[in-house]
Amino acid sequence: MNVPRPAAEASAAADRPASPLAVFVAFSLLALQGFGGVLAVAQRELVDRRGWLSRQEFVELYGAAQLLPGPNVVNLSLMVGDRYFGWRGALAAIAGMLLAPLMVVLALAASYQQLAQYPAVAGALRGMGAVAAGLILAMALKMLATLRGSVLGPALCAALGLGTLAAITVLRAPLAWVVIGLGLGGWGLARWRIALHDAAAARAQEVPADFATDVSREPPAPPSGRDPGAPG
Amino acid sequence: MTNTLPAGDLIDLFLRFLMLSLLSIGGAMSTAPEMHRYLVVERGWLGEADFTTAIALAQAAPGPNVLFVPVLGFQVAGLAGAAAALLGILLPSTLLSLGVSRWGATRRETPLVRAFTAGLAPVTVGLTFATAWLLALPYVTAAEHRLGALALIGASALVTLRTKLAPIWMIAVGAALGAAGLV
Repeated sequence: MNVPRPAAEASAAADRPASPLAVFVAFSLLALQGFGGVLAVAQRELVDRRGWLSRQEFVELYGAAQLLPGPNVVNLSLMVGDRYFGWRGALAAIAGMLLAPLMVVLALAASYQQLAQYPAVAGALRGMGAVAAGLILAMALKMLATLRGSVLGPALCAALGLGTLAAITVLRAPLAWVVIGLGLGGWGLARWRIALHDAAAARAQEVPADFATDVSREPPAPPSGRDPGAPG
Repeated sequence: MTNTLPAGDLIDLFLRFLMLSLLSIGGAMSTAPEMHRYLVVERGWLGEADFTTAIALAQAAPGPNVLFVPVLGFQVAGLAGAAAALLGILLPSTLLSLGVSRWGATRRETPLVRAFTAGLAPVTVGLTFATAWLLALPYVTAAEHRLGALALIGASALVTLRTKLAPIWMIAVGAALGAAGLV
């Protein structure tokens, strides 16, 4: 388990992009569908439809993308592109994410004064916004399922998740402080739980020898630290 | 609405956004108040309405919300301004993220990195629910078309959970219903 493995091999994803060009095209298509935010569309396209990332990997990459400075979806894009094709993939993903929407939004900015007069345009924007809210809601519900089997356990997961929700919606706290405060808190708590879990696993390995011979014909068990789902 | 700026001012804009990039934890929107202070109050390059319009346009248009930044640059100094603002806000954070994610990828199995991903997951889920709530809020508080809009939000969520339909078709239905005045 000390041997570093290529990221793609560690991935539980179903499929992978064929080339940096495929990355560019996929990110352009998903960015152009992202009215009111790209995140839910990215999850749908990369996880549900293309299978480039597992649901778990998406949550992991997105979590890191959020704590780092910069736009979350741009950070997420570059991590996905880099994982498959190095810096060329990262560049292809970012360019795909930004180029086509940039042209659309600049064209809109240039013609905004004329468009704003039509009530149908305002109505269409309203309807698109409602769908965007529904997409994000569905994404949140799907992400919820990935917390099952977390080292943190259900109680700590609920406390961190609900605390984040309340800090943003009720207290209206600045996002940066919420992510740094609760994110670092969650990091520390998870490190503590992993230490407990590894200590328990180390004790479990000192079981009597007859147990060891019983399982000798089974395939080798995964390394102790790999299973975050086992009870601590 | 679009102007030009002397090269010195364009470089100043680029450098200012370059600094803001590393402060944009949680997304570029978290630095919007600082951009407002610089562009509207300190320099007087934009009016209040220009600033709000840039954010509204980026939210309404497809693509990441960070695109309000090049729209601000575009309003200040045309295409050169858009390029200066976008490159400034993206370069430092992108290089940092690439470095950190590579560092983390080779250490995926270490307790510290495993704790990082496990500890951040519930916060990420909470933030996603919060985003859904904030996006739905205008439809909950406005009396007009409330039921229709909430039904559309619920239906979009259900279709997303139960089918593999591409989001663009749901967005198109939403736009048609909205243009017809139904939601």
